[in-house]
Amino acid sequence: MEITKDTVKHVGHLARIELQDKELDTLSIQLKSILDFIDQLKELNTKDVLPTSHILPLNNVLREDECRDSLTTEKALQNAPQKKDNFFVVPKIIE
Amino acid sequence: MELNKLTAHELIGQLESNKIKPDDILSSLKQRIQSINSKVKGYVRVSDLLSPQLEARSSKLPLKGIPVSIKDNICTEGYNTECCSKILTGFKPPYDATVIKKLKAAGATILPIKTNMDEFAFGSSTENSCFGPTHNPWNLDCVPGGSSGGSAAVVAADEAIVALGSDTGGSIRQPASFCGVVGLKPTYGRVSRYGLIAFASSLDQIGPLTKDVEDNAIMLNVISGYDPLDSTSVNIPVPDYTKTLGKNIKGLKIAIPKEYFISGIDSEVKTCIEEAINQMKQLGAITKEVSLPHTKYAVPVYYIIATAEASSNLARFDAVQYGLRVKAENLIDMYKKTRDQGFGDESKRRIILGTFALSHGYYDAYYSRALKVRTLIKSDFDSVFKEFDCIVAPTAPTTAFKIGEKTNDPLQMYLSDIFTISANLAGIPAISVPCGFTKKELPVGLQIFAKPFGEEIILQVAHTYEQATLWHKKKAKL
Repeated sequence: MEITKDTVKHVGHLARIELQDKELDTLSIQLKSILDFIDQLKELNTKDVLPTSHILPLNNVLREDECRDSLTTEKALQNAPQKKDNFFVVPKIIE
Repeated sequence: MELNKLTAHELIGQLESNKIKPDDILSSLKQRIQSINSKVKGYVRVSDLLSPQLEARSSKLPLKGIPVSIKDNICTEGYNTECCSKILTGFKPPYDATVIKKLKAAGATILPIKTNMDEFAFGSSTENSCFGPTHNPWNLDCVPGGSSGGSAAVVAADEAIVALGSDTGGSIRQPASFCGVVGLKPTYGRVSRYGLIAFASSLDQIGPLTKDVEDNAIMLNVISGYDPLDSTSVNIPVPDYTKTLGKNIKGLKIAIPKEYFISGIDSEVKTCIEEAINQMKQLGAITKEVSLPHTKYAVPVYYIIATAEASSNLARFDAVQYGLRVKAENLIDMYKKTRDQGFGDESKRRIILGTFALSHGYYDAYYSRALKVRTLIKSDFDSVFKEFDCIVAPTAPTTAFKIGEKTNDPLQMYLSDIFTISANLAGIPAISVPCGFTKKELPVGLQIFAKPFGEEIILQVAHTYEQATLWHKKKAKL
């Protein structure tokens, strides 16, 4: 399958990574070879096979909706690159 | 005596009879780390070792103050946990992972310096670390395997007593094999992942890397069990994993999957594994060749599922709550610039591949198909375990390769996990134990799989084999 630089750039935008021009070149070549390898899965007939997204026969793990201890605001903010009062600070998003 | 060379169970014996104090072990380790880490580079941020508050915990609890070394992706409150990535530079977790809480509650001392790893556990050689590669103690020109290469190397180099790693596609077992130590990936759900920085949530497990099988059982006893904070952990009782050690393996049925002896496997590795199988026969086990027909599809399935899950898990690194932030005019640019500068090449490659596999128009062709083939791989194992107690195979097709040998070819690197990935896809437990050396003195690992929650039988077989051969007693010359 052909992977163009534009495809990689678009996927980079979806993944919120600004890829450099050189990276777009390398990645489009490498992705092509990885996807060609992955294409061997097409040899198998999987029409009647159910997908496995989770390996254990667990379903609907629920808990009581009750108050319990959680991180304090101070601890939650301790690693923030930028904070003010009790908030994370980000660049302005509303004009 | 050099206490750093001993196993946890040997040290516990000496602590119980008051021959030594926990601080003696810690100072012996510190000395070893200071003299050897510049060669092996199994630990990162080594200056933190001198943190004045570090002292061994003197304790009446089962682990009696034994120091435990921790991979850089497991959260340790107050000690940096950076997944060996620039994007997490300076991150000090505000809480302990459940395994760390359990280790502390059992009387362990957690080392403040963490073990090296491929960034976010993306890799099979520990070369993708932002701190540079770890070197294999058996040959410093070789990789230690990965992604838990630091944990395996520090155990092999006697810079650690025991260590924890994580295994998503072989990241405990393959480095254990390359470094000649014992490494176990428990059943999916056996050990809580709360506080393990997620890579691929349907595959990740935490497990011990140790100098022998008994230590592995002791560690598994401590870290196993249900945790309400990880809804994938399973609420079934934890047996005493040391109880089956020493029980013989007469009459045990062992399957040998023919797909694990394909062309491409190193001939010396193959010989070591065949000799190990013969040894097990002599110990009374019944062996028979079986087929796991979908084995060759494990790598392609894995590189869709694991990267898809990773692309979603790593969305959290957004420069808002923790880690690196690159300044930009607007929010989107801040994300994009931070993630460009913060992630290494392999992380970007996997996030892009995973995002692509989940994107509109490709989901069915890649992700959905991979989940279906995962079902086929799991059924292969289910049918073998109807008849057999365990499966024995090589851990990796080769011994440790040279640093730099595979860095330019991601696909070749991915193929070094060909024998370990299936266990993660099927959710079953598997161990790697030392089973010999090549002419160049590089260790070879034997892999033993069992059905879900079959850790007892794995440890029993591994221990019986280990005690009959004593490969684990051989030490790297450093």
